[in-house]
Amino acid sequence: MTSFTLDDLRELLGSIAGVDESTDLSGDIADVPLADLGYDSLAMLELAGHVQRRYGVPIPDEAVERMTTPRSTVEYINAQFATVG
Amino acid sequence: MSASDADVGAVVTGIGVTAPTGIGIQAHWQSVLDGKTGIGRITRFDPESYPVRYAGQVPGFAARERVPGRLIPQTDHWTHLALAAADDALGDAGVDPAGLPEYEMAVVTSSSSGGTEFGQHEMERLYRNGPSWVGAYQSIAWFYAATTGQVSIRHGMRGPCGVICAEQAGGLDALGQARRLARSGYRLVVSGGTDSSLCPYGLAAQLATGRLSTVDDPLRAYLPFDAGASGYLPGEGGAILIVESARHARERGAGEGYGSILGYAAGFDPPPGSGRPPALRRTITAALADARVDADGVDVVFADAAGSPDLDRAESAAIGAVFGRRGVPVTAPKTLTGRLYGGGAPLDVATALLAVRDGVVPHTVGVTEPDPDLDLVLGEPRELPLRRALVLARGHGGFTAALVVGTSHR
Repeated sequence: MTSFTLDDLRELLGSIAGVDESTDLSGDIADVPLADLGYDSLAMLELAGHVQRRYGVPIPDEAVERMTTPRSTVEYINAQFATVG
Repeated sequence: MSASDADVGAVVTGIGVTAPTGIGIQAHWQSVLDGKTGIGRITRFDPESYPVRYAGQVPGFAARERVPGRLIPQTDHWTHLALAAADDALGDAGVDPAGLPEYEMAVVTSSSSGGTEFGQHEMERLYRNGPSWVGAYQSIAWFYAATTGQVSIRHGMRGPCGVICAEQAGGLDALGQARRLARSGYRLVVSGGTDSSLCPYGLAAQLATGRLSTVDDPLRAYLPFDAGASGYLPGEGGAILIVESARHARERGAGEGYGSILGYAAGFDPPPGSGRPPALRRTITAALADARVDADGVDVVFADAAGSPDLDRAESAAIGAVFGRRGVPVTAPKTLTGRLYGGGAPLDVATALLAVRDGVVPHTVGVTEPDPDLDLVLGEPRELPLRRALVLARGHGGFTAALVVGTSHR
């Protein structure tokens, strides 16, 4: 089964939504609120679109509300992988 | 001018330029005085199959060096140009917005095209791949107010913010609104504007007016007030200006900065065929009245310089009616940049303030057979004491504006 890691998330966030100069995505960010890292709901919609296109898993818009930290985002995406097998 | 007048005035204390003539005040002003053109073959896309292949493009602009990383993918090139210019303008003014009350600072910019290049990219994804490929940032990047919003967020400016879309006239309207805010108690307004629409979709929209020049020579295509006038070339970029209340600027030791916004007026042309005259003459008269100066109080006119014979004749007639035949030096440095739409008039105002500062009128490059009714400054810059400059701008469809800048001392 495909799995989605924190490093996958770091790479995707950096490439699609950019990184603020004051933010270090390589650090221990798993439980830092995404808003504190500079990623708002629009950034998460952008992320959801990329994950859907790259991996072919559905990410409904409402899911963005559950993706509040990198950890919860990775967990949610992996749960979606499981549903499609 | 009395002390109370000085207290309600609006002054320009900082300028940031991202224009075909260069990035930064120094580069821009030197290019203008040297008559160095920023117009060349379009490189942002392959223009070969288009009837217009030349434009003014900002040289050497790298968004990753000038725009915060988070903002690059969510904003259009036009906003990148403005964010960089806003940083430079605030630095030039010596202002740290973090140290000022957020509700006493505002942002009012002009925009004519919005984020067309960004939008074109997303539209291509739509028709090639489908709706789910359109990025979420399209929702905010195309929007005319995107530049104002991003500057407001970046610098924590939560006073009255807005965008004015009046094609080339919009830049003066934005500065007029900035002045109104500064006079009504707001400390500081980030104003001016940029535009950039050099993509196939953006150029096609501009071609629809029929006003662009198809002359296949970058140095002969845009010749306002010339017997060979054939339309204009487009350009990208503009200028961001920091407008402060005169009282606030004085209190923090910035004095009158580059000068005051002394007068402003806007007008709108009557419909074609009405037989009534265009709005420019009465708009000039109204701006002078607002500045409380007569024609003798204006030392130079920065013309709109549309580059089409009919529009040039109308502007020449309006200037002549107010100032008399060859009654005032007239110039159009925009032949070096092309017309920058929302960014054009702010760049003209910046250039006018630098001209007043240095006592020199930059020349109009390229024109060799000028309208004999105008004292068009040609060949080389003309040194003369300058107190005030009148900047004119007209936008496609009838927008008309006039702004008087310079020293408030009589």
